[in-house]
Amino acid sequence: MSLDVSLRHAFPGFTLDARFEAPAGVTALFGRSGSGKTTVVNALAGLLAVDHGHARINGTVLFDTETGARIPPHRRRIGYVFQEGRLFPHLTVRQNLSYGRWFAGSRVRAADGDAFARLIALLGIEALLDRRPGTLSGGEKQRVAIGRALLSFPRLLLMDEPLAALDEARKAEILPFLERLAHETEVPILYVSHSVAEVARLATTVVALENGQVVRTGTPVEVLSDPRAVPTLGIRDAGAVIRARVLRHHADGLSELETAAGPLFLPQVAAAVGTWVRVRIHAQDVILSRTAPVGLSALNILSVEVAALRMGEGPGVVVQLRAGEERLLARITRRSAEALALAPGLACHAILKSVAVAQGDVWIEGRDD
Amino acid sequence: MDFLSPEEWSAVGLSLRVSFWATLLSLPPGIAVAMLLARGNFPGKQLLNGIVHLPLILPPVVTGYLLLLTFGRRAPVGSFLHDAFGLVFAFRWTGAALAAGIMAFPLMVRAIRLAIEAVDPKLEQAAGTLGASRVMVFATVTLPLILPGVIAGAILAFAKAMGEFGATITFVSNIPGETQTLPSAIYAFLQVPGGETSAFRLVLVSIVVAMTALLASEWVGRAVARRIAGA
Repeated sequence: MSLDVSLRHAFPGFTLDARFEAPAGVTALFGRSGSGKTTVVNALAGLLAVDHGHARINGTVLFDTETGARIPPHRRRIGYVFQEGRLFPHLTVRQNLSYGRWFAGSRVRAADGDAFARLIALLGIEALLDRRPGTLSGGEKQRVAIGRALLSFPRLLLMDEPLAALDEARKAEILPFLERLAHETEVPILYVSHSVAEVARLATTVVALENGQVVRTGTPVEVLSDPRAVPTLGIRDAGAVIRARVLRHHADGLSELETAAGPLFLPQVAAAVGTWVRVRIHAQDVILSRTAPVGLSALNILSVEVAALRMGEGPGVVVQLRAGEERLLARITRRSAEALALAPGLACHAILKSVAVAQGDVWIEGRDD
Repeated sequence: MDFLSPEEWSAVGLSLRVSFWATLLSLPPGIAVAMLLARGNFPGKQLLNGIVHLPLILPPVVTGYLLLLTFGRRAPVGSFLHDAFGLVFAFRWTGAALAAGIMAFPLMVRAIRLAIEAVDPKLEQAAGTLGASRVMVFATVTLPLILPGVIAGAILAFAKAMGEFGATITFVSNIPGETQTLPSAIYAFLQVPGGETSAFRLVLVSIVVAMTALLASEWVGRAVARRIAGA
């Protein structure tokens, strides 16, 4: 599948001018609040008619202001998972799930006979079928909403910050379902988020939006390790993702992983020895040293080379580091960068405290990678 | 039944029939107008709102007289309906139903409109993305959600129709057995010496009917609301 989107729409005080193409898989539409993410998905779903532009899925034109073509929203077959679930309060969970399925028509239903059973198992909502939305928790509601959208047999699934309304515990409950979904479903997903952690874990492609414009497109590894993308990601959330393989679990509660930049010791990683995982390392947790440090409490000293520097507006500098194919980001002060005379090509040591990497920053690689 | 005389019975029966048809036939246009007023955005919306509410503010006698001018046998609309469909309103019970329906219409629209405004349009959008056309969205999401309001509006309209007097007596007069509804009958009995007992019996009937309608609406409304809120 491929998605081809070009939109121009003027709001009072804000203009959206976004163009991007997305391949199959999960495409994350990333940006801060007010960057125009929801406008894009609403235009695709047909909830908003844009001034100019077009959208095509696999060559099927959803709308095109040039030719005047426009499929009415209810015939677009685009599933939409809203931030707040929007389940029908007067229907049971089962009826909610069957709602879109019913409109999809008998031919589509017959073609995918046991989709219902498979999906409710995947989402873990078998026990909720006879209840009404009013009695469900936020996390349960969101899982039902995802099931309902998928059971309408969409050709594209839009998810508008499906986790934003949930607390951290509920997010942690749903994220694994989303990961499984992303790997098991054939349906391409456009996932709107302003959370770097979600994007890093779920996306195959990242489209970064800023002030209504696409500023960067690429794989999560490319975008997240690009110093120029840091302002879009938010300085506190910036951080690259590196690949690592679990070598052994030590008795003192640490796991030893192997990376292109050397060994990495992290608090107990929930993965078997030999498993490839991804680790997100926050830029602000990395310390740089030109000489190999001694007598240091930090366990991880990675050998890297400076690849690029990007001066920020304030006193900060974002340094992109290279170790083989892998990229890391470090955020330091301009003063330190000058004191160390950092320049592209310079070899140095990146220091990382083990405990700086939280459990949520380590995940097992998906099948696609 | 000895409690009421045949004449009194006929007034009660007629009132129930008039109110039933007035309510039933004004429900579809009532829902449509409430939808337009709650969701529509068109020039002349305030004018429509005003026209719908006019019977509530005008003296009922004025409404009755306007009906006579429009639906009377020689009036433009009245003669057309007679020639085309054989439908006669003037001085018939059908006219009483028309008058009652028009007088009750603003109350019904108001109740339904409030219910529609309480429905989150985002739910209707969600139904649209799931493949439901606008008509199906209305039938499967909006209507079930506004049902308590529709029932409340219908009962309110029924009660109003039972009590309608001024427009009815002006439009269709006070013909026993044809257009003499409950209130008209009470009025007529009070005009003749010795009619007070008959009038009083009909007053009792009015109270019973009104109370029953009120309790029924409460009960049905609560049952529907419970079903919708879900448990």
